[in-house]
Amino acid sequence: MSGKPVLHYANTRGRMESVRWLLAAAGVEFEEKFLEKKEDLQKLKSDGSLLFQQVPMVEIDGMKLVQTRAILNYIAGKYNLYGKDLKERALIDMYVEGMADLYDIIMNHDFKPANEKEKDLANIMDKATNRYLPVFEKVLKDHGHDFLVGNKLSKADVSLLENILWLEELKPDALAKFPLLQSFKARMSNMPNIKKFLQPGSAKKPLIQEKDIPNVMAIFH
Amino acid sequence: MSGKPRLTYINGRGRMESIRWLLAAAGVEFEEVFLQTREQLLKLGQDGSLLFQQVPMVEIDGMKLVQTRAILNYIAGKYNLYGKDLKERALIDMYVEGMADLYDIIMNHDFKPANEKEKDLANIMDKATNRYLPVFEKVLKDHGHDFLVGNKLSKADVSLLENILWLEELKPDALAKFPLLQSFKARMSNMPNIKKFLQPGSAKKPLIQEKDIPNVMAIFH
Repeated sequence: MSGKPVLHYANTRGRMESVRWLLAAAGVEFEEKFLEKKEDLQKLKSDGSLLFQQVPMVEIDGMKLVQTRAILNYIAGKYNLYGKDLKERALIDMYVEGMADLYDIIMNHDFKPANEKEKDLANIMDKATNRYLPVFEKVLKDHGHDFLVGNKLSKADVSLLENILWLEELKPDALAKFPLLQSFKARMSNMPNIKKFLQPGSAKKPLIQEKDIPNVMAIFH
Repeated sequence: MSGKPRLTYINGRGRMESIRWLLAAAGVEFEEVFLQTREQLLKLGQDGSLLFQQVPMVEIDGMKLVQTRAILNYIAGKYNLYGKDLKERALIDMYVEGMADLYDIIMNHDFKPANEKEKDLANIMDKATNRYLPVFEKVLKDHGHDFLVGNKLSKADVSLLENILWLEELKPDALAKFPLLQSFKARMSNMPNIKKFLQPGSAKKPLIQEKDIPNVMAIFH
């Protein structure tokens, strides 16, 4: 037992990627056990490791945590990425929850049938550029700080960076109208822990490849 | 200004009901503003009251909070319904998040077309009786306490009660195989704040009526 958190999921972004991001931003090394076939998931279910028979699951501090938000909240609380008081936590939660809605549609984009992809991308970009990104551009503009809440790194900043980068993978000029988000992205990407996570060979997962999609679907369905 | 929290939503359960439940369980009186038309929703979005142009929105302690989980987390933190430390919070979050998945399918049941309702109800009951309720029956059995976490009322207990009662509205014998959940339900329903909330005339909303569904759909779509 190394004492490091152990992440159980498929070898793909999905619902575990936010957890990898947050641990990385906190400078916490972790191990990963990848589910490669349905039997791997079945085994975890049969040995009672998955409270609701689902992954993500993270073994950390003697617990087998499931449910992405429970995992993220625990990591954020433990590593001081959750603000200094209830009101800062409320702001962080609001921002993260808004971004979670965006993340869901981004994450599902790869799994859309080919004939729906263009329309889906247009919807994602519409929501991003009209509903979500303007909010965070304004937050940064209004207080002029480097971070979204309390002038200190929090899980809201990590979530925003993760979403921004994925949006740019889908459409390189996604941040064209958002100068403060562009400088936010540059600043955040340059922070030592995050810079390391953005380098090849890190735990950060690439976009899923077309050929791997059936395999991933088979594990979960 | 009364100083009481003010809830803005439609006059129905939806995504605001968990908030009404939690405030009631905490013994906190609140006011409600009911949206009746889409124009009212759009107007709120335009005047900057809704961070992501969506409701629920709760005005509390000088903030206009949106995103259901952000609101629930703030209320739970403020009124000591969130456990005593990070690990208890993690358990509470895990339980609440599992129940949120169940709640989503329960909540959407009323909006299913007539020809899909029976199959949908079967799916809800299957998930409830095979995935979710056994977990909580076991939690209560394993520690023998009255509450799910830390031998003290938390938002996990309130969420469980809310889900149990709605399940029973859909199928009266939903708890047939879960004796500890039956006694949990009886105990919780008898706690003064909750007993008051369960009485006619409280802020607790009834099941949506068929005739009101088109109106609700029109506000949000």
